[in-house]
Amino acid sequence: MLYQDTVESEVLVHRPWFVASIFGVVFAICLMFNLVGTTFGELMRPVIGDPLQSGVYGRFAIAFVIGVTFCLNIVLIGFAPLKAQIGIVWIELLTLFLAFFKAFNLSLPFIWENLPYLITQGVVTTIYVSAVSLVCASVIAIIAAIAKLSSNGFAYAIASFYTSFFRGLPLLIQIYLIYLGLPQLGIVINAVPSGILALSLCVGAYMTEIFRAGIQSIDRGQWEASRSIGFGFGLTMRRIILPQALPVIIPPMGNTFISMLKDSSLVSVLGVWELTFLARTIGQPTFHHMEMLITAAMIYWIMSACLEVAQSRLERHYARSKAR
Amino acid sequence: MTAGLKSHLKGLDSGDSSQAIGNVLRESLSSQESFSQKHGSMSADIIIEATNVSKWYGTFRALTDVNLTVRKGERIVICGPSGSGKSTLIRCFNRLEAHQKGEITVNGIRLHNKMRNVTEVRKNVGMVFQHFNLFPHMTVLMNCMAGPMWIKGVPEAQAKKTALKFLERVRIPEQANKYPVQLSGGQQQRVAIARSLCMEPAVMLFDEPTSALDPEMVSEVLDTMTSLASDGMTMVCVTHEMGFARAVADRVIFMDWGQIVEEGNPNDFFTNPQHERTKLFLSQILRH
Ligand SMILES: Nc1ncnc2c1ncn2[C@@H]1O[C@H](COP(=O)(O)OP(=O)(O)O)[C@@H](O)[C@H]1O
Ligand SMILES: [Mg+2]
Repeated sequence: MLYQDTVESEVLVHRPWFVASIFGVVFAICLMFNLVGTTFGELMRPVIGDPLQSGVYGRFAIAFVIGVTFCLNIVLIGFAPLKAQIGIVWIELLTLFLAFFKAFNLSLPFIWENLPYLITQGVVTTIYVSAVSLVCASVIAIIAAIAKLSSNGFAYAIASFYTSFFRGLPLLIQIYLIYLGLPQLGIVINAVPSGILALSLCVGAYMTEIFRAGIQSIDRGQWEASRSIGFGFGLTMRRIILPQALPVIIPPMGNTFISMLKDSSLVSVLGVWELTFLARTIGQPTFHHMEMLITAAMIYWIMSACLEVAQSRLERHYARSKAR
Repeated sequence: MTAGLKSHLKGLDSGDSSQAIGNVLRESLSSQESFSQKHGSMSADIIIEATNVSKWYGTFRALTDVNLTVRKGERIVICGPSGSGKSTLIRCFNRLEAHQKGEITVNGIRLHNKMRNVTEVRKNVGMVFQHFNLFPHMTVLMNCMAGPMWIKGVPEAQAKKTALKFLERVRIPEQANKYPVQLSGGQQQRVAIARSLCMEPAVMLFDEPTSALDPEMVSEVLDTMTSLASDGMTMVCVTHEMGFARAVADRVIFMDWGQIVEEGNPNDFFTNPQHERTKLFLSQILRH
C-alpha cells in the first residue's frame, strides 16, 4: 500500500470533470471506428433499425450508448467497497477478454478433446522442467551470491564470469549450446536434462544478483550481533541474514520464476514435449492453431497466477515481524 | 545526552530502586560466578589482558600501544571524544576487529589471526551495541534463546527457562512474545542485554548503550546495568554517562587519539584529572 493520507478526498470517479472527460474520450474513440457492423450494432437494432442502413445516426448513437454505459459503470463501481471494486473490475476485464477470444470462432469441441492430453503430457512436463530448474537455480544463486560477496578472488572471478556470461547470452542460444555443444566434448545428455541445465544456469545467474542485493541490504549490525554471540558464518547466513533478506528477495524472485515458467517453452526447440511444443504439434496439422495457442496461453496464465498467489502468501508471512 | 545525564543523577539520588532489583537478581548470577571460578584458576582471575595493542585501519592508526587488564568482577568505564578508538578497542576484545600488534588474551585464550576457537571467546564475552542490533525477524524470546540453543546445544525447554529468567531480570518478561520493532528503544536495549546474559558470559562489553536512546529511556537501561554491576558482573562500558561512571566504575579510562591518556578511580578522575586533554573533555561534557 502507498502511504495513505488521513484527509479523505472525493473519489476520483465521482468528480464531474473526470467522468465527463472519460465520456468524451470513449465517445471519440468509438466514433473513430465504424461499429455499425459489429455485435454492438446488432444490440442497437431496436433503436436504430437495420444497423447497416443507419449511417451516421447509427454510428453516433452506438458511440453515445457505449460512452454512457462505460461512465455509468465506473461511477457505480466507485460506490462499492474496495474488495468488491477489485472483484468487479477483474470480472469485467476477464469477460471482455473472453469476448475477444470468442471473435476467433474457436472450435470448443476440438479444445475439449485435446485438453486432457495437453495437461497430462504438456503441463506436467512444463511443471517438471520448471520446478527442477527452480530448485537448481536457487541453489546455484545462493552459492554464487556468497562467492560474489566473498573476499576470495578466485570465487569472485568465477561467480562474476558466470553471471556475466549467462545473463549476456540469449537463453535460446544457451539451450542450443548445451544440447549441441556438450556432445562435442563427449558429454551426451538428453533433451530434458539439457533443457533443465540451461534454464537453471540462466535463471541462477539472474537470481545471483537478486540474492546478492538481498544479502547486502541487511545492516552490518546484524552480522556483528550474530558473530558476537558466537554464531559462525553458516549459522549467521542461514538463521539471521537470509531470513531477513527474504522479504527483499521474494518479489523479484517471483518475477524471475514467472518468467522462467514461460521461458521453459524455449526447450520445445529440443523436441521436449512440453506445453508449447504440444500446442504447436497438435494445432498445425489440423489447422486449429488458434485453439491450441489460446488454450496453452490460458494454461500458462493459470500457472503463473498460482505462482503469484504463492508469492503474496510468502510476502504476507514475512511481513509479520514488520507489523507494529 | 546531558538531559540523560541529569535524569540519571536524579535517579541516583533517590536511587535505592536499583538496589532492590539487585537483590532480586543476585541469585541468578551464581551460576555465572561458579563458571568464572572454574576457568579463572589458571590465569589468576584476569579476564581480559591487552598488552601494547595497536590497530590500523589501512594506514590510519586507530589504537596505539594500549595496555589494559580487566579482572574478574571489575567494572571499567571508558570515555573519550568521538573517534578516539573506544569502540575499536572493545571490539578487539571479542575479535569483531583484528589488532595488528600486541597481545590480547581473553579468558586465557590468546586472540590472533589464525585462531580456530574464536567461538569459545565470543561465548564468554557478551556485547551490547549502541543500536541494539536485535534480530528483527525473531520474537524477543527467540532472540534470547537462539544463542544457547544453537551454540551451546541447550534443549529448547531449558533455553526458554533461561531466557525468561533473564528477561525477568531486565524487567520485561511480559514482552517476551513481541517482535523487537514493537518495543521502545529502552526496552530493546534491555532485551539486548538479556540476550547477552543468556549466554552466561564472563564479561560484558557495552558500546555506548544509551547514546541512541531518548532521554527518558536512558535511566531504565542504566538501572539495569547498575544492577548487573551490583551482582558482580565484570563489565567494560564505553559511555558518556558520568553519573553512572561515578556510581559504578572501579576504574575510569580516558582515551584520545587511540591512546589511553588517563586512568584512575572515578573519584580522582572526576575531581582531580591530571592531563589537560582530560580536563578539557570533562569540562566540555559537564558544562551544561
Ligand atoms: N571500519 C573502519 N574503517 C576505517 N576507519 C575506521 C573504521 N572504524 C573506525 N574507524 C576510524 O577509527 C577511529 C576510531 O573509531 P571508533 O573506535 O569508532 O571511535 P569511538 O568509538 O571512540 O567514537 C575513528 O577515527 C574512525 O574514523
Ligand atoms: Mg563508538
